[in-house]
Amino acid sequence: MAGKAYVITSGKGGVGKTTTTANLGTGLAKLGKRVVLIDADIGLRNLDVVLGLENRIVYDIVDVVEGNCRLEQALIKDKRYSSLCLLPAAQTRDKTSVNPEQMVELTDQLREEFDYIIIDCPAGIEQGFKNAIAGADEAVVVTTPEVSAVRDADRIIGMLEAEGVHDPQLIINRVRIDMINRGDMMDIEDMIEILAIKLLGIVPEDEKIVVSTNKGEPVVLLENTRSGEAFWNITRRIEGEEVPLIDLEEGLLNKIKRLVGLR
Amino acid sequence: MLDIMKGIFNNKEDVSSKDVAKERLRLVLVHDRIGVSPEIIEEMKEEMIEVISKYLDIDNDRIDMDLERQDNSVALIANIPVRRLKKKR
Ligand SMILES: Nc1ncnc2c1ncn2[C@@H]1O[C@H](COP(=O)(O)OP(=O)(O)O)[C@@H](O)[C@H]1O
Ligand SMILES: [Mg+2]
Repeated sequence: MAGKAYVITSGKGGVGKTTTTANLGTGLAKLGKRVVLIDADIGLRNLDVVLGLENRIVYDIVDVVEGNCRLEQALIKDKRYSSLCLLPAAQTRDKTSVNPEQMVELTDQLREEFDYIIIDCPAGIEQGFKNAIAGADEAVVVTTPEVSAVRDADRIIGMLEAEGVHDPQLIINRVRIDMINRGDMMDIEDMIEILAIKLLGIVPEDEKIVVSTNKGEPVVLLENTRSGEAFWNITRRIEGEEVPLIDLEEGLLNKIKRLVGLR
Repeated sequence: MLDIMKGIFNNKEDVSSKDVAKERLRLVLVHDRIGVSPEIIEEMKEEMIEVISKYLDIDNDRIDMDLERQDNSVALIANIPVRRLKKKR
């Protein structure tokens, strides 16, 4: 069966696309899936660092589309899971080095070998975004609970729809329960209602993410971390499992239960 | 005077910042989604009122006209109290 391509996107930068890509990819590999991650952020390569693979890069995505190497030569095997690969971005080129048709071709080729293709989208709505979504079947939109990030998420949802990528799912990242309880962070249910989108998961603000990024080890592999648990749940939901929302806190959980298909 | 002003400001702070955020978000999205700025809407409102006033005697102070989100679409909702029909000129 041909693999499925997901694009991880957001509009606003710095909300957690790369973190999500690394964790979802690693999580799926842990489940035994064959996964390839594409860093589509050409010129600002960083998925390699988050995965701890920065020292292994020889070729990159631009080398592949320009024919300097074969696709298999550019794929870097993960340290932990042999079924996980990374196709790195080029660091010294710009976004126009790849076009949407080439991305479609590339993802179609990868579909043959992998169960999941996960594309880490650059910030913005320009060429890099168009490239990243070109080959995608499904989209995940990442936001933080801030007006500016949710606004950009709304714009992205509209653009995805216009480009024929329907029914994206939402991840709300960097959620702080203490602030929600104080009334200083937007409620999860309000954001979902305003964006009219399906919730895929909620990831708490967690300094373990910074520590794990420092080490190049995705947090999804760490036991007993709230953010790791959140990404693990997201992974299983992508695999079609019905996983209850992370037990961030009783009150919040009860409020959002109704909203996320825990019927 | 200073106390009164303090009172006003304190009252404002009672509204939690999440509600402020939610309202600002709603408003900005309404305009984003149809790609029209608040100024243009304001201009349009004034022109519409002008046109309607040619035919109807309306209560300018109680006009309520705004863009509203309805699920995934945006509607222009207007409530324009009419006093009486204007005499045909
Ligand atoms: N849930 C979280 N808690 C704490 N830090 C986070 C969280 N998610 C992301 N970060 C940090 O935020 C920064 C931006 O994340 P990143 O995934 O690179 O965003 P993007 O790819 O959208 O630009 C990184 O330094 C990352 O470690
Ligand atoms: Mg990134």
